[in-house]
Amino acid sequence: MKKYLQITVVLGAFFLLVLIRQLRSGNTSEVQTVGNSNQSSPSSSAQATPTAGASSGTGKYKNGTYTGSVEDAYYGNLQVQVQISNGSISDVTFLQYPSDNHDSRYINEQAMPILKSEAIQAQSAQVDIVSGASDSSQAFQKSLQTALQQAS
Amino acid sequence: MKKHADIMGMPVTIEIVDAGAKEEDITVVFDYFRVMDEKFSTYKHSSEVERINRGELRVEDASKELQEVLQQAEETNQASNGYFSVYHDGKLDPSGLVKGWAIWQGAKLLEKKGYRNFFVEIAGDIQVVGKGKNGLGWSIGIRNPFVSGEIVKVVRLADKGIATSGTYLRGSHIYNPKGDSSDQIVVSLTVLGPNVYEADRFATAAFAMGEKGIAFIESLRGFAGYMITKDKRAVFTDGFEKYVVKSD
Repeated sequence: MKKYLQITVVLGAFFLLVLIRQLRSGNTSEVQTVGNSNQSSPSSSAQATPTAGASSGTGKYKNGTYTGSVEDAYYGNLQVQVQISNGSISDVTFLQYPSDNHDSRYINEQAMPILKSEAIQAQSAQVDIVSGASDSSQAFQKSLQTALQQAS
Repeated sequence: MKKHADIMGMPVTIEIVDAGAKEEDITVVFDYFRVMDEKFSTYKHSSEVERINRGELRVEDASKELQEVLQQAEETNQASNGYFSVYHDGKLDPSGLVKGWAIWQGAKLLEKKGYRNFFVEIAGDIQVVGKGKNGLGWSIGIRNPFVSGEIVKVVRLADKGIATSGTYLRGSHIYNPKGDSSDQIVVSLTVLGPNVYEADRFATAAFAMGEKGIAFIESLRGFAGYMITKDKRAVFTDGFEKYVVKSD
């Protein structure tokens, strides 16, 4: 039987690190929007706004900025914008995203947790049910693909 | 008997193992989810949530379901030291809590009809009741966020809830719609709890805390968590291992 590596997390240093990071990055902001973002319903089409001249470098896409379709993810719409530089994806921006509610306030932990760590490993077993956040990613993939199609 | 539906823009699955399962009992739960979507959807103009946000409906005049959800939201806000909130820029959006709550209510509906062995799932969040098909518990795989179609962990649960929060992946890039992706360490966080409502609300709160979220889950009695980070490692709570089905 495989043994897992057991680690004890030292909370003081850990939270100090997190606090420093939070202070540096500031509050998380809402979805970034750009001038040509599309705010309508999921049936709207994608747009292409190629920027700096054509091609390409070694990648397979044409340089530029491309807006994907608005897809129906859960609890709302999802739309991405893709930037191609040197022929490949250099950035992905969310123009629309089904909102979560996350407050970035610092949390004060009392107890010291005991956590374990491992490398993830594929399992071949049959299961009854699968848990995972895959559904929003389908909308993400769809919106991304429509943007990449324009860049092809 | 196993049935699927597409509700609230999400895949819904209900499977009942008990003998004599009736399709109309499953349909009742699907219809309940549709009604909940009409109340809570922030994308339906006529939903109670949107009417509240436009000032057309006061909370005290809203349905008892909405008032109950708001009460649960307040409790979750306290329990998570403010990391969980259903108010964003002054607008109400209870999405981070409604899914788990609705699944849990749906499961209670089936229990009232006499079913003792079944599961109710909406988009990867699941309430299992009873001991599954072989009497040992329901086996649930945790998705590999990096490889489509692959599972990285199997747990066996009876009478519990499981919920997973996650980010977006393409190849090795993690995209965080909240801003700077370079800081996004946590790719997936799965929480096991006494029911899916509890698992979902704390998965939502914990995911907002980043790497610290798994320590938050560890601090909660009766919960277990499995966090996957962008370097393809997992960090899990002390109480998680007893649910794991090992492959060797």
